[in-house]
Amino acid sequence: MTPKVMKQGKWVPWLYLSGALLIMALFIVYPTINTIILSLRDKTGANPASADCLPGQPCWGLLENYRYALTDPDMLQALRNNALWILLTVPGTVAAGLLFAVLTDRVRYERFAKTIVFLPMAISFVGASVIWKFVYHLQSGGGPQIGVLNAILVSLGANPIAWLTNKSWIVNNISLWVVWIWLWAGFCMTILSAALKAVPGEIIEAGRVDGATEWQVFWRIMFPIILPTITVVATTMTINVLKVFDIVFVMTNGLNGTEVIANRMFKFIVTNQGRSTAIAVLLIALTIPIMIINVRRFREQEKMR
Amino acid sequence: MSAQRLKNLLARIPLHVAIIALLVVWLIPTVGTFITSFRSRQAVQESGWWTVFLAPPTPGQAEYRAACASCHGNDGKGVATADLSDPAFVEPYLKTNRLLPTLRQSVGGQAHVTNPEWQALIQDTTRTREALDRLSAISAYLGALSGTGKSAQYKLTANNWIDALVGYKGTATYAEDCATGVSVSGKFKCNASDLLNPEGMARAFLNSIAVTIPSTILPILFAACAAYAFSWMDFRGRSWMFALLVGLQIVPLQMTLVPIARLYSKLGLQSTFLGIWLFHTGFGLPYAIYLLRNFLGGLPRDLFESAYLDGANHWTAFRRLALPLTVPAIASLAIFQFLWVWNDLLVAIILLPSNPVLTYQITNLIDPRGGNWHLLTAAAFLSMIVPMIVFLAFQRYFVRGLLAGAVKG
Repeated sequence: MTPKVMKQGKWVPWLYLSGALLIMALFIVYPTINTIILSLRDKTGANPASADCLPGQPCWGLLENYRYALTDPDMLQALRNNALWILLTVPGTVAAGLLFAVLTDRVRYERFAKTIVFLPMAISFVGASVIWKFVYHLQSGGGPQIGVLNAILVSLGANPIAWLTNKSWIVNNISLWVVWIWLWAGFCMTILSAALKAVPGEIIEAGRVDGATEWQVFWRIMFPIILPTITVVATTMTINVLKVFDIVFVMTNGLNGTEVIANRMFKFIVTNQGRSTAIAVLLIALTIPIMIINVRRFREQEKMR
Repeated sequence: MSAQRLKNLLARIPLHVAIIALLVVWLIPTVGTFITSFRSRQAVQESGWWTVFLAPPTPGQAEYRAACASCHGNDGKGVATADLSDPAFVEPYLKTNRLLPTLRQSVGGQAHVTNPEWQALIQDTTRTREALDRLSAISAYLGALSGTGKSAQYKLTANNWIDALVGYKGTATYAEDCATGVSVSGKFKCNASDLLNPEGMARAFLNSIAVTIPSTILPILFAACAAYAFSWMDFRGRSWMFALLVGLQIVPLQMTLVPIARLYSKLGLQSTFLGIWLFHTGFGLPYAIYLLRNFLGGLPRDLFESAYLDGANHWTAFRRLALPLTVPAIASLAIFQFLWVWNDLLVAIILLPSNPVLTYQITNLIDPRGGNWHLLTAAAFLSMIVPMIVFLAFQRYFVRGLLAGAVKG
């Protein structure tokens, strides 16, 4: 139901809207269209993309930049990693957030505990990367380990590990995912905690009276009720993870098997605008399903208003 | 009854342990960084930051007390003409091959060392090697007493923060090099003007402020007008335009960077503050309009109808009614946009390379070999101070905005 509105001249709404619409058109709509066009051009944007084809090499003509984006080994690595980022960090952050929300709900210092978990949200990805690069630091040579993780390993009698430059790419990626979960768990916790508190107390009481254990109360009663919120948080986190850039750029710069799509896009931003924009189009193509889900959900909410 | 309460209390111990363990894990990385920012380069490279909580090592104290303290005193000030707490006086004797000959000479007709065991060792020229070995402990302690030796390197210091602020990357600290006047390159004048060094965090701090404040205010101004129109005016295309806005919210930044950079180089806006303000405004608007419209649209309809019946036009209703009532939502929005712009790296690198903001400046300081943690940790904290204060002071609004945007959207 739309709110009843006041009468006004035909042009008045546009007076209020013009500033915002103009800026959004110029900075979001126009560049999005232009990016799609540029992705079909060569590295300078002056010629069609086929101009970048090399004789004797495979060439997709006008879609040459997409050939790169979809078949180059570095890009395949980035696509694999982004898929793993989504598969592992989205459940990871949601689970960590839910755990914090459930645990802190039961103690009196809830606010204090939540502030600490939430605080990483306030700092930049760059700051967080410095903090964690130091945690992962490996002191080569004979000196004592000054990074916390390796110092713990050594004190337990184990060998220190190269957490970010390991020969095994999965180790390097896991190190990055841990940083991501550290950063975003607070976000998930805040939203999920609000959802948990909104679960009607009578329902929970009824469950307890019927003899359900706390474990059953959570999984059989609370979890189904907050499931829609979990879905919302998971979609938001999926969008965020797709665009992950700063952490990878600062901590590993995509080396040793940690490349991601957004970092690839950044690498070409000056040297090869055709490739850079094609990678950007790939990125938005991956977000479109989520965009559609969001708009649909919004429409349903509007109907209920 | 009290037994029951005790039982409840005990049953809850695992819960508290779990929460506290998680909090400690969450805090350790940040705490370590913070402590490291106050330690000297040497101390950082030689020992972990957690060692600051252990008793500082004082090698040689026992030897000093046995051999020297009877005359020189525990604090080294016992003999006025030979003050062992004076760095200038002690400096030559930090080397044992200088200390030993001095101790062999007599003082006022008596042997320098009165302790019989040490006297025998020092005077016995066949045991010179052993004497030098054992004296090294005393030398080290003299360093500690006078504050010139290794223990001075382990004192907590604000020098890293100063180095980071002025962007000084020498082997010694900026304060030391300025005091001695050596090896300060021509860029540095050793006065307040060094704070404006383009490679320093102080300058980057100013750049960050210059970028962030207009980039926070501008989108809110435009969004408030647009959100009012979406909430309380009727016009064609209102519904689909707003749906489009919901979609625009998640257009990745990457999608627009190349065209905007190209456009800016044509318009002469590359690396200008105006250029980055406009970009952040454009990108902040979809979410800002969405959030404010949800809030404004939720206000009671009677309020606006009665204002209108009383003869108010839209402009009056917007200024007098809508804006004041929207302050909480605007506060949430302002905090979001502020933190987002302040913490941004990608846009700043591309659109404002010549005036590095804090995040960008930090990436310039990173040493791939990990040799400058003392500097990097201080720089990182300099960039975090403002967002942390903003966050802690306005946490309520931040959380409220988060819930309004993420749960309803």
